[in-house]
Amino acid sequence: MSEDEVETTESEQAYWSENIRLLVTLMAIWFVVSFGAGILFRDFLDQFSLGGYPLGFWFAQQGSIYVFIGLIFYYTWKMKRIERKYDLDD
Amino acid sequence: MDTQTLIYLFVGLSFTMYIGIAIWSRAGSTKEFYVAGGGVNPVVNGMATAADWMSAASFISMAGIIAFAGYDASVYLMGWTGGYVMLALLLAPYLRKFGQFTVPDFIGTRYYSKAARVVAVVCLIFISFTYIAGQMRGVGIVFSRFLDVPITMGVIIGMAIVFFYAVLGGMKGITYTQVAQYCVLIFAYMVPAFFISFLITGNPIPQLGLGSTVNDGSGLYVLQKLDLVLQDMGFGAYTDGSKSMIDVFCITAALMVGTAGLPHVIVRFFTVPKASDARKSAGWALVFIALLYTTAPAVGAFARINFIETVDQTEYAEAPAWFKNWEANDLIAWYDKNDDGVMQLAAGDAFMGKPSYADTTGTAGQRMVTNPPNEESANEVYVDRDIMVLANPEIANLPGWVIALVAAGGLAAALSTAAGLLLVISSSISHDLLKSTFRPQITEKGELMAARISATAAIVVAGYLGIYPPGWVAQVVAFAFGLAAASLFPAIFMGIFSKSMNKEGAIAGMVTGLVFTFSYIAYFKLVNPEANVAANWLFGVSPEGIGVIGMLLNFAVAIVVSKMTASPPLEVRKLVDSIRVPRGAGDAAAH
Repeated sequence: MSEDEVETTESEQAYWSENIRLLVTLMAIWFVVSFGAGILFRDFLDQFSLGGYPLGFWFAQQGSIYVFIGLIFYYTWKMKRIERKYDLDD
Repeated sequence: MDTQTLIYLFVGLSFTMYIGIAIWSRAGSTKEFYVAGGGVNPVVNGMATAADWMSAASFISMAGIIAFAGYDASVYLMGWTGGYVMLALLLAPYLRKFGQFTVPDFIGTRYYSKAARVVAVVCLIFISFTYIAGQMRGVGIVFSRFLDVPITMGVIIGMAIVFFYAVLGGMKGITYTQVAQYCVLIFAYMVPAFFISFLITGNPIPQLGLGSTVNDGSGLYVLQKLDLVLQDMGFGAYTDGSKSMIDVFCITAALMVGTAGLPHVIVRFFTVPKASDARKSAGWALVFIALLYTTAPAVGAFARINFIETVDQTEYAEAPAWFKNWEANDLIAWYDKNDDGVMQLAAGDAFMGKPSYADTTGTAGQRMVTNPPNEESANEVYVDRDIMVLANPEIANLPGWVIALVAAGGLAAALSTAAGLLLVISSSISHDLLKSTFRPQITEKGELMAARISATAAIVVAGYLGIYPPGWVAQVVAFAFGLAAASLFPAIFMGIFSKSMNKEGAIAGMVTGLVFTFSYIAYFKLVNPEANVAANWLFGVSPEGIGVIGMLLNFAVAIVVSKMTASPPLEVRKLVDSIRVPRGAGDAAAH
């Protein structure tokens, strides 16, 4: 994008695109565990079970929530490192 | 001590604590009133956010909904937690870096337009009032069932408590009372859950108990047993839903995006010191929320098993005391269709509509209802879903102090959410409408006074809505999430991630999303409720899930309009650059 070049430094741009790449990856996982495993592929996953839970049902009522927590803390940790790398941390 | 005394004691102690905290944490400046001074520890803020978020509905109703809807209720579990990932990754750190007081602040500044700010205020007020009426009602219901005072009196006591700490303490008072309220509500939720899980499966951890075998010697897993028992009675399997896949998908998405766009949740992330703290805080908020949200499915399933086992094929004369107590409270009714004196459960409604009790009692001593029976079903028992959490301790024969704890927990959940909503309403009036739009010359002191007056006015309106709930309140909870998803979320998201989004695009998008979603929900919920069936829905999406279509329309219209109009001025593009990097959040807060 040409407009970005006018106003930001190179390290800010590199920081931002690294952030976007990370966001896309994490949001993809977010989508897969909830909408994927819990809804779209639930019937398929329900053939397997985790203890007494059919797997798709487990993702819908338990597993997706655990992954959500993991995603946020991973992002927090990773962003701190990226910010330090570009010397933009707060 | 008897249960009633214990309830008074627990509720009285918790209220004293809230008032004590309010006096200790009075707000002295607008910054303290709006964002608690901006120095709240991220873990503390996470806990306050969890209490803010978990309402009377989460505490009282959710497990009951899961108990009766099984898999279909997953939309709430995923929807109301997945939104926090969007908040933490897409919104919270940037809004914190922006560093002002309210959501309309961001929209008004980013889109350099008073009109955009006013549109945002209108969305915010509508969303928050829809939500708050339910909270005050929840307070009234808990009071009337546990403390034997009329609902009106209960609402007034609740209003007085919230008035005390919201008006005096503003965000600062609310934050610290919410921390206390979280502790009360989570303890009250977990204790009976541990007991019941242990009773049914031998494993006290409810999340594991739900995946274990029932300890009745059958060797069946809890969910297997529920599926079998329910199918025997003519219900669908518990682990199988009845909603269409597209509808489940859209409702989940609308709830997620709606959660991320709810102003009273977003504003909590304005209170932490730094942008990186906003991320961390959202993570902690979800941990505290997940504790209840992963327990609720277990509580729901256990309660359903317990209920069926104690009630089905039991003679009314032999029914346990709690059954008759809740019958006396209008939440249970038994219609002896086959005149055998024995209660039968089956799929389908026992009779048409909510019970309307006659003054007479039947041969077995049950309260007679005047509703016409539903002859198509053998079911004889009407039960309100809300009692699943409220009556659980009694159903499982737990001691009186657990019941008292649940009463205090339900009140904590309702009060904490009500206070958070009142705060965003009052700050949007005093800050966005007065200070930033109509009377910019107002002094800091005047603005603080205006914030307190509008908080008071908002409490009175909320209390009124709680005492005289308009019939539509229960029908339009979908509004709050749908409108947040279709109006506020896209505007904030594009404000951060697109530098070329301009005011024309954002306003056109918000108005389109708002009008479309509002009309769709209003048509099916209020104007023509008979038509509210899957065959008439757009793409098979119910009013609960339509917010996500509204959101897509918002994005589409905003992008097209912004391409055809002038790009935003240089200083706005610079503003976007500055909110994208975390460094310097402290300075931003000071301006």
